[in-house]
Amino acid sequence: MPKSHHDKSYEVQQSAQITNDIDGYLKEQEQKSFLRFITCGSVDDGKSTLIGRLLYDSKLIFEDQLASLESDSKKVGTQGGDIDFALLVDGLAAEREQGITIDVAYRFFSTDKRKFIVADTPGHEQYTRNMATGASSADVAVILIDARKGILTQTRRHSYIVNLLGIRHAVVAINKMDLVDYAEDTFQKIADDYREFAKNLNFSSITFVPMSALKGDNITEPSEQMSWYHGPALLGLLETIDISRQVTDAAFRMPVQWVNRPNLDFRGFSGTIAAGIVKQGDKIIALPSGKFSHVKSIVTSDGDLDFAVADQAVTLTLEDEIDISRGDVIAEFDRRPETTDQFQAQIIWMHDQPMLPGRPYLFKTTNKTVSGEVMDLKYKVNVNSLEHEAGKTLGLNEVGLCTVNLDNVIVFDCYKDTPALGSFIMIDKISNVTVAAGMIDFGLRRATNVHWQAVDVDKATRAEQKRQKPVVLWFTGLSASGKSTIANLVEKKLHVLGKHTYLLDGDNVRHGLNKDLGFVDADRVENIRRVGEVSKLMVDAGLIVLTAFISPFRAERRMVHDMLGENEFIEVFVDTPLTLCEQRDPKGLYKKARRGEIKNFTGFDSPYEPPERADIHLHTANMTAEEAADAVIAKIEESYL
Amino acid sequence: MTILTHLQRLEAESIHIMREVAATCDNPVMLYSIGKDSSVMLHLAMKAFHPSNLPFPLMHVDTTWKFREMIDFRERFVADNNLNLITHINQDGVAQGIGPFSHGSAVHTDVMKTQGLKQALDKYGFDAAFGGARRDEEKSRAKERIFSFRSAQHRWDPKNQRPELWNLYNNRIQKGESMRVFPLSNWTELDIWQYIHLENIPIVPLYLAKERPVVERDGMLVMVDDDRLPLRDGEVPEMKMVRFRTLGCYPLTGAVESTATTLTEIIQEMLLTKTSERQGRAIDKDSNASMEQKKQEGYF
Repeated sequence: MPKSHHDKSYEVQQSAQITNDIDGYLKEQEQKSFLRFITCGSVDDGKSTLIGRLLYDSKLIFEDQLASLESDSKKVGTQGGDIDFALLVDGLAAEREQGITIDVAYRFFSTDKRKFIVADTPGHEQYTRNMATGASSADVAVILIDARKGILTQTRRHSYIVNLLGIRHAVVAINKMDLVDYAEDTFQKIADDYREFAKNLNFSSITFVPMSALKGDNITEPSEQMSWYHGPALLGLLETIDISRQVTDAAFRMPVQWVNRPNLDFRGFSGTIAAGIVKQGDKIIALPSGKFSHVKSIVTSDGDLDFAVADQAVTLTLEDEIDISRGDVIAEFDRRPETTDQFQAQIIWMHDQPMLPGRPYLFKTTNKTVSGEVMDLKYKVNVNSLEHEAGKTLGLNEVGLCTVNLDNVIVFDCYKDTPALGSFIMIDKISNVTVAAGMIDFGLRRATNVHWQAVDVDKATRAEQKRQKPVVLWFTGLSASGKSTIANLVEKKLHVLGKHTYLLDGDNVRHGLNKDLGFVDADRVENIRRVGEVSKLMVDAGLIVLTAFISPFRAERRMVHDMLGENEFIEVFVDTPLTLCEQRDPKGLYKKARRGEIKNFTGFDSPYEPPERADIHLHTANMTAEEAADAVIAKIEESYL
Repeated sequence: MTILTHLQRLEAESIHIMREVAATCDNPVMLYSIGKDSSVMLHLAMKAFHPSNLPFPLMHVDTTWKFREMIDFRERFVADNNLNLITHINQDGVAQGIGPFSHGSAVHTDVMKTQGLKQALDKYGFDAAFGGARRDEEKSRAKERIFSFRSAQHRWDPKNQRPELWNLYNNRIQKGESMRVFPLSNWTELDIWQYIHLENIPIVPLYLAKERPVVERDGMLVMVDDDRLPLRDGEVPEMKMVRFRTLGCYPLTGAVESTATTLTEIIQEMLLTKTSERQGRAIDKDSNASMEQKKQEGYF
């Protein structure tokens, strides 16, 4: 069994204190400082082994766990029967079988100086998102590098991401020094390479440690093998690294999480203080409403407090009855956060399906969930060179600078000032999966300056003049399903009835308004967004708008639906089986697609998502186009004509 | 300038999580197992919503094999604090006479605990359930999210967890799906005891050493809590100074010999001990990855 590097005399002394002075011991425990760090680096750089070693050497492994570790090491270990520390932390069965770490694991240990939470994160490229997850709550990043391999793509990617997430202290652990004969040159060369690379990042400190997690060199104790290294061992470094921020200077921010109203006499606002300090009597402002008041009391179940600081979860009561609810932010009166519905942000994409500008997603900030879309991807970041690259979409694990437009205002600070008020996640509206994480750089002025021009002649008066109710009849279905034919017939019938209409047809729009767009997913989304906006203007003009677009994605159809007012969107599903469409094939497109001459053809290599609850569902296999048109008229007659 | 202590930070984080659930979930519930972690979780919940009452009910899934002292404690605590407690027993399991002796620990735990929990969650349509699990307890727990998504079948898919960044929790679900929420994720066993000590949180007396009737069976000290324990040939209950590090069904929970009769003595003992707290649990040892399997199936 490998010998423990932990200081025996300290251990004995500690045991004695526990035995003789448990109260004193607990008091000391209570006062210990606290550090959250993340280990990252490429796969096989030895992250799990390092953490297993830290737990082992700090006596956090119990006898029963050790027994099971020893038996596991013999069974599936990679160290020829010696203890395989990685097995301690690679907890999931799949990981043990494959010998990889697929998800972030949180570990706890403490020394006589500090308590630690370690986020042990995956090295494989496809799990970069889990790595970003671990980084979001860490103060320090321990970046492992295999001394034999030097800096790899994942080293750069992880360094970039931990830096992007605001971690200010990097500890570069050059591991497996035992395999390069503990050579100082190798260590220096890698350190120089890293410094060169990190010039473009914003770490406030970078420290290099040569070590061997497997052999225990420079983990808890200075290594006898590397007398040329005079710095502290890794654990000593982590115990002393100074992470204190200048919290005293920060402006007070408390996002309201929950309104606490047990009875008519008490109205409190519960939340976790995101930054700064609040005292009884302080003048505060509630945003976005802009109403102000003074803090009457800071309520906790342990009694009222005179003041409270960042990270405390409290309940505030105010001197005045002002209307505040979840989603609002209570802030220092003189130094306020901003309010916007448009901002620029760094976005880390975390899902297999790419980010499409224009597609609606949910944006969750500290206490508010708002629908919105990425307006523009300004550039992607190449994590190897840190250079900016043009792109239309963001794929899994890609990072880009984007502008975002929300349907509602949020209260924010930029991420580097107040991470809690500058961060958000993006959620897919249909699957509810978290697809991205973002950090706000700044609000766009446009949002505050461009106001919708209010006019006297409005939608209602225009519609009244035409004696009709404006609406969009949105025909969706496969190519050659009969959308244009049916829409055309419906328009004719409406015209006969004296109604003012306009038909927007897929092919026609693509010759003009949208001739710059192709057929990849991002362009399809933009195509529909523009058609939606045009339809909206026409509805505003009082028209009955008919649109005939394949519009294959639910998300975009819902986006158009959401753009319009109540009862202004009718989804007409022209439901024609693919085989029938292919038989008809009036433009010969299916033949071309079969021959592989057209790419991204809906129904073949591009998906069609049928409506889940269309307002009008036309089964065209059983009816003529004329009958289908009549069915549409019958359906809208009562409410719209 | 005050710097928050480690425990103050943990406390604030747990409160934040609970408020988030109360503010955003339609029908949450707090699972209450009567153990020390549940006691801490409940204590934190009362702090989180003070001066309001808890905005959700508590629920105990009773396997009918809990220690009698646990049930007494539960009844008294709920009455003293005016709490809304739902007790659920899997009546199908009772009708089939399922028990740890007749059917073995695995079947008993599955039917009375795992199935019982699913039954109860479905019955009341809860969309979020708080549990007192901690990441330091067990290897597969170390990887679980604080807001942990469950399919309509209550399954956990460890390979497909939602990324969880900062304290922005994504609790959006479709009808029938649910969230398990673990506000004590970042607490360790020592933190729990220290906090109980600091805040004077009442706990079941079984945690403290006392003379209790036990038999030694398969290397485990089993307490003879009632006359349902079938004694094997040669087994004679013996009075021993024992206590419990975790609490569950009495036939499945091993006692440890101890003289720790006060909270500080427990902490002392815990700090000097050489075995982990789950060691006394029969269900964890079935196979190497047994907890992960149970969790995928819906065990808390």
